[in-house]
Amino acid sequence: MTDVTLPPPDRFSIAGKPAAIDEHVEILVVGAGAAGCAAAIEAANAGASVMLVDENPVSAGLVGMDVPLYYGGRATHAVQTPERLVEKLLEGNPALAEAFEAGVDVKLSTSVWGAWVKGPGLAGLASGLAGLADETRSWFVGFDRLVLATGARDLNFTFAGSDQPGVMGAQAFHALLDRYDAFAGRRLVIVGSGDLALGTAERALARGLDVAALVELRDAPQGSAEAVAALEARGAAFLTGHVPLRAKGGAEGVEALVVCGSGDGDSRREIACDTVVMAVGTVPVIELCDVLGLAREMAPARGGHVPVAAADGATSLGEVFVAGDCAGLGSDAAASGRRAGQAALASLGKSTAGAGVVPDGAAADRPAAMNGLDYQLDFARAMLGTGGADVLACICEDVTRGDLLGVRPPRYLDWRSNALARRDLTTIAADGPVNPDQMKRLTRVCMGACQARRCREQVALMMALGAGVAPETVPLAGYRAPVRPLPLSVIADWQESPEMDAGWNVWFGIATQWIGYEDIGTTREAEQLRAGMPY
Amino acid sequence: MSEKGTSVVVVGGGVTGLSAAWWLARSGVAVTVVEKGIVGFEASGRNGGGCTHYQSPLFHEEQRLWPQMDELLGYPTEYRRGRIIFQVDPRKERFHEGLSLRLPDGYDWEVLSPDDVRDLVPLAGDNVVSGVRFHFGGHANPQRTAQAYAWAAQDLGATILQHTAVTGIATAGGRVTGIETATGTIGCDALVIAAGPQTGKLLAMLGIDLPMAPARAEMIVTEPLAMMPFTGVDGHGLYGRQTLRGNLAYGGGPHEWLDDVALDAAPPKPSGSVTRNLARRVAELLPKAAHARVIRSWAGVVENTPDGRPVIERLSSPGNVTVATMSSVGFGLSPASGHAIRDLVVDGRCSFADLSKLSLARFDGLRADWREHLNWLPPEPAEARVEASGGRAGTA
Repeated sequence: MTDVTLPPPDRFSIAGKPAAIDEHVEILVVGAGAAGCAAAIEAANAGASVMLVDENPVSAGLVGMDVPLYYGGRATHAVQTPERLVEKLLEGNPALAEAFEAGVDVKLSTSVWGAWVKGPGLAGLASGLAGLADETRSWFVGFDRLVLATGARDLNFTFAGSDQPGVMGAQAFHALLDRYDAFAGRRLVIVGSGDLALGTAERALARGLDVAALVELRDAPQGSAEAVAALEARGAAFLTGHVPLRAKGGAEGVEALVVCGSGDGDSRREIACDTVVMAVGTVPVIELCDVLGLAREMAPARGGHVPVAAADGATSLGEVFVAGDCAGLGSDAAASGRRAGQAALASLGKSTAGAGVVPDGAAADRPAAMNGLDYQLDFARAMLGTGGADVLACICEDVTRGDLLGVRPPRYLDWRSNALARRDLTTIAADGPVNPDQMKRLTRVCMGACQARRCREQVALMMALGAGVAPETVPLAGYRAPVRPLPLSVIADWQESPEMDAGWNVWFGIATQWIGYEDIGTTREAEQLRAGMPY
Repeated sequence: MSEKGTSVVVVGGGVTGLSAAWWLARSGVAVTVVEKGIVGFEASGRNGGGCTHYQSPLFHEEQRLWPQMDELLGYPTEYRRGRIIFQVDPRKERFHEGLSLRLPDGYDWEVLSPDDVRDLVPLAGDNVVSGVRFHFGGHANPQRTAQAYAWAAQDLGATILQHTAVTGIATAGGRVTGIETATGTIGCDALVIAAGPQTGKLLAMLGIDLPMAPARAEMIVTEPLAMMPFTGVDGHGLYGRQTLRGNLAYGGGPHEWLDDVALDAAPPKPSGSVTRNLARRVAELLPKAAHARVIRSWAGVVENTPDGRPVIERLSSPGNVTVATMSSVGFGLSPASGHAIRDLVVDGRCSFADLSKLSLARFDGLRADWREHLNWLPPEPAEARVEASGGRAGTA
C-alpha cells in the first residue's frame, strides 16, 4: 500500500489570470444594420456608453473565402479598396451617421469573434467579455449588456459545378450590388421564387442586369402575385417545377446553368448565365448566440434555429439581448432594435430618453408564416434525387452527399473495410437520434475554413432525408469561437500578462501525475518532484 | 421495467469504457455500454490524441497495441507513430535532460539540433533552440477512435445504449445486480464504472468515496495546411498535432476547475478563455504557419484525482465492480486500459502490469479539504484589467 503523495497547490489554473481588455462599455451592439443601429442610438441617447461593431466592409481576403456571406467569386476589384467601401457603406446606411452623432463608438471592418458571460465553466468573469478583431490584431472589450443584431446570411444548396466562381447567395448579391457597387456579373439565373428571389430579380433589373430565369422547384412561383406579374411584365421567365442540376463553366467560372425537372433529372434545359444566385432562403446568424450558450428553439417559420427571446429581445442570459433577423426572420428590424436597446437600458436601471415603448409591429408585418423548412427540405430532396450522391455536400472538405449518407471517412484516409461498409446514416440513426456534430467528426463535413456557412443547413436537411426523420429534429451543428476565421498572428495575444506566462503549463501541471510508475513511493519520486516538470 | 440478462454493464461511453467493452466482447462476454449522450462526445473526443505516456504502468501495452489498432478494430484510428517535441524558449534548451530521467529503457529516442528540427518540421522557424525525437509513441484521431471502439464492440455483439443516463445502482447481498435508468433496470453480473468526471458520483451511489475534481481545458484548430512529413509535432507548452487533413490542432495552458458536473447532462464547456494565448504559442512554435486561420476552438471536461494518477481497480466490496478513472490522461492509454479492465473483470487481476499503486485505498485518510488545499477551485469573479495595448492603430 502506498500513501498518497499530493502535488503542490495549483498555480496553473485560470484563476488569477483575468483577460486584459482594451476598454469597457455599458452596452456593446454587434451588427450595424437597421436593428443594431436602432439599439445603439436608443442606448446612446439615454446616456449609456455604447460601442457598435460591424464586420463590414470585410477585407477582400474574406470576400474570397465567402465570409460572412456567400460572395461566390463575383466581387469586382472594388472590394480591394476599403476606403471606397466604407464610403459606400455610410452612404447607404444613414442610421450610421445618426449613431455617430448620438455618441456611439462605431467600429467598422471589425468582427466580434466570440462573446462570453459569467456562467458554468466561466466562473471568473465579473462582466461580459467580447473578442474583437480587425485585419491586424485582436483584442477584448468588456461589456455590461450585449445586443446581438447579427442579421441573416445565405442559405445554400450545392449542385454539380457549384464550387466554381459565379454561384453565390442572394444576401451577398445584394451586398455587392447595392451596398458596395462591386458586383462582377451580367446575366443571372435566380434559384427560388419567394419574396427573397423576387426582390433579388427586381434589384438586378433595376441595375440593368439580365435575369435569364427564376428557377422554382414547386409548380408555381412562391412570392407575391403582384411582384411576380411585375417581373413577368419586364420579361423575367419563371421556370417552375425545376431545380439546378449542374453549372457549366470555364476559366472565369459559370457560363451556363443546366436545370432539370424537379422529379426528373433527364428533362434538362441549359440557360446561359454568368451568375447563379441562390435565393431559396436566409438563415439567422446565431453564431455568437451559440458561443454564449443562449437557449435556442427550432422555429421553422422564423428561419430555423433561433434564440429563445422575449418580445423585447431578452434571452436566457440576463446580459444578452437579440434584435432583428438573428432573433428570427421577419421582424421589423428597426423596431426590434429599439425595443432591445430599451430593454438593455432598463436592465441596467437606466431610463429611455425618447418616446415610450415601441409597439410590436412585427406580427402584422411578418409575411404569412411559411414553413421555410418544408420548402428547403423539398429543394434538398429534389436536388438529391436528380443530382445524385456524387455532388459535394461540403465544398471545403470535399465531402459528397454520398459520403455523408454513407458516413464514409474522408478520402485522404483511403480506408476501406467490410465493417465500415456496413455503417451508414441509417445504422447511426438506429443507435440514437442523428446529430450533425457526430457527422462532422466522422466525415469531416462542415469542418472547413468557411466554418460551414456554405453547407450547414443543407447537411442537416440531407441528414433528415438520409435518416428518415423530420428536419426539425436534427440538432444544430455547433458553432465555435472564433466565429470568423482569423490568422494565428492576428488572434494571438502578443501582450500577454506575466501571470499567464508564469502560470502556463502544457497540461494541468500536476507534478505527481508524471512520475514514472516504478518510481512512485521511492526516493526517485522525491528527486523528480524536486527537479520539477521536464518541460 | 425490463430485466435484461446482460453479463457486464459498462457505464460510460468514452474511450476507456468503450475499449473495455470491446476487450470484453473479444473474450465472448455479453456486454452493454450505457452512455448518457453520444459515444466519445466528451473528453474522449476532445483531446490532443497523444499516445505517448511513459509514466504509466500501461505504457508498454499502449506502445504494443497502437500500431495494431486499425487492424484489430476494423475501423480507422488515424494512428501515426513517433513524436517530435521541440522548444523555442532559450530557458528550455536543455529540456531533454529532465526528459531522459523519465523515459523507460528500451525505447529509441534522440536529441535534435535546431537544424534537425527544421529539416523534419518545415513550419518551424529560426527560433528553435532544441528538440527530441521519439521513435515510439505517436498520435491518433480521438473522435474517430472513440467511434471505432463502439462500432468494433457492436460488431462483436456488444450493445451500446446512447442517451441513457444512470439513475441508480441496484445491489443485493453485497453485490451489484444491475443499474437503473429512466427506461428500466439493466441487470448484470459485473459492473464497470468508467464515466470520466461522473465516476465519483456513481461510486458514491455505492457509498464509496473516489475523490476527483472536474475541470475544463481548451484546444484550437487552424484551417488545413500542406502536410508536414512528420505530423506528431509539439512543444513550447503545447500538446497536439497536425491532423491527417492538415489542420494544426493544439491545446495547453490554464484550465478552469468546476464545482460539479451533472450525471444526466453534458457539462457546459465554453471555449475561448485561452484561445488567444494558444494562438500566440502556435505562431511561436511554427512561425511559418502564423498566417494560418484559426477556424474553431473547443473545450472538454476532464477529471483529476488528487495526485493526478488513475484509479484502475476491481473493488473488494462490492466485489463485482471495477472502476477506472484515468485522471485526465485517458485517450492514448485506452487500448491498454480497456485490456486491463477486461482482465480485472474476467480474471480478477491484470495480466500484463502491476496496478497496485493505482488502488483507491491510497486516498484513505485524505484530508477532507483537499480541493482547497490543492487550490483546485473555480476562479472567483475578477474584473478584467483595462490595458489598452500598444500595437493598436488609431487608439485614442
